[in-house]
Amino acid sequence: MKIVKKAQAGTMQSSDLMVFLEPAETLNVTIESTVLKQFGALIRAKVDEMLQKHGIDAGEVRITDRGALDYAIEARLETAIMRGTEG
Amino acid sequence: MAGFKLRRSLLYVPGNMPSMLQNIPIFNCDSVIIDLEDAVPLSEKDAARHLVRHFLLNYTDRNKELLVRINPLDTKWGYEDLKVVLPAMPDGIRLPKADTPEIVERLDTLLTEFEEELEVEIGRFGILPSLESALGVINAVGIANSSERIFALAFGAEDYTASMEIERSRGGEELFNARTRVLWAAKAKGIQAVDTIFADVSDMEGLRNETELAKRLGYTGKCLVNPRQIEVVHDVFAPKQHEVEYALQVIEAIQRARQLGTGVIALGGKMVDAPVVKRAARVLRTAYAHGMVDTLIDEEAIHGAQ
Repeated sequence: MKIVKKAQAGTMQSSDLMVFLEPAETLNVTIESTVLKQFGALIRAKVDEMLQKHGIDAGEVRITDRGALDYAIEARLETAIMRGTEG
Repeated sequence: MAGFKLRRSLLYVPGNMPSMLQNIPIFNCDSVIIDLEDAVPLSEKDAARHLVRHFLLNYTDRNKELLVRINPLDTKWGYEDLKVVLPAMPDGIRLPKADTPEIVERLDTLLTEFEEELEVEIGRFGILPSLESALGVINAVGIANSSERIFALAFGAEDYTASMEIERSRGGEELFNARTRVLWAAKAKGIQAVDTIFADVSDMEGLRNETELAKRLGYTGKCLVNPRQIEVVHDVFAPKQHEVEYALQVIEAIQRARQLGTGVIALGGKMVDAPVVKRAARVLRTAYAHGMVDTLIDEEAIHGAQ
């Protein structure tokens, strides 16, 4: 599935994250986080898992994390993907 | 009493705020109402229901009752809220603007359909209707009887005063008739009654006064907007030690009376008969829920052997 339009989800509050999606030819993920050193790899794994689950193989994915737990990462990505893939 | 559940404090938690949602396990309220309605801006309705669903799916070690306030069923969000959130198994739905029995019946039917689809027991999802308009208050009796899923009626004063075109005062005199009517409907049906929120989080004295009034009238619990309000509400609804002691004496006295072959006896110069015993039993059940007495009173102690 492709990102067909710009979309975002989430907030900049603590324990939350912002997800930005844009159409692109290839898949490119960048993550910015207040806890990147400790949890960067885990966040990346969760993001990859969700993209795979929704079959996203192309798009610009930008995450700004404020210390979100897994459930919030799952939810915000799901919202952004639904917003970015519907016609 | 089968299914007796203490609901003194029902705390609202905004549905689109992870920082609040993930504190739910540590709040010491009896129930939480996760809000998808007024606390969520229109542009974030989809995001909030996804967040609540994922939060609930991850909150497996549950330690309190979890209700979700959906958007009204006549909006474009209400049905979608149910569809996304119910698979994450909340305990029940708080239905805003439950103005008529038909609206509640509609929710009841939808819940049954979802229960069939999810292959869970029919009746698993409860309903807490909000009576928050002149029409809702007038229809209180019909609403209380509109579904067996209803475990309590909730009075909502903010929207009610808006529908009455009046201001809400600190003393709450303008709410008296509505509060009473909601109570009558709940008591006649044998379900609980939950009082409205108290919005001023800094006014603990006002909260205490209003909660005491609600308790005196017959309400069994109150909705809260901030965890700081929990302690005051629990304190007001807790039976006082002297009430518990008196209730224990009443039960002892009536058992003595029954041994003598009568259903009435004097205790400290006051008559004790069936209604007094019933009130004492209520105090003892609540005391049991508060851990103030060790055993739950049985039906035979209340009514005597047949």
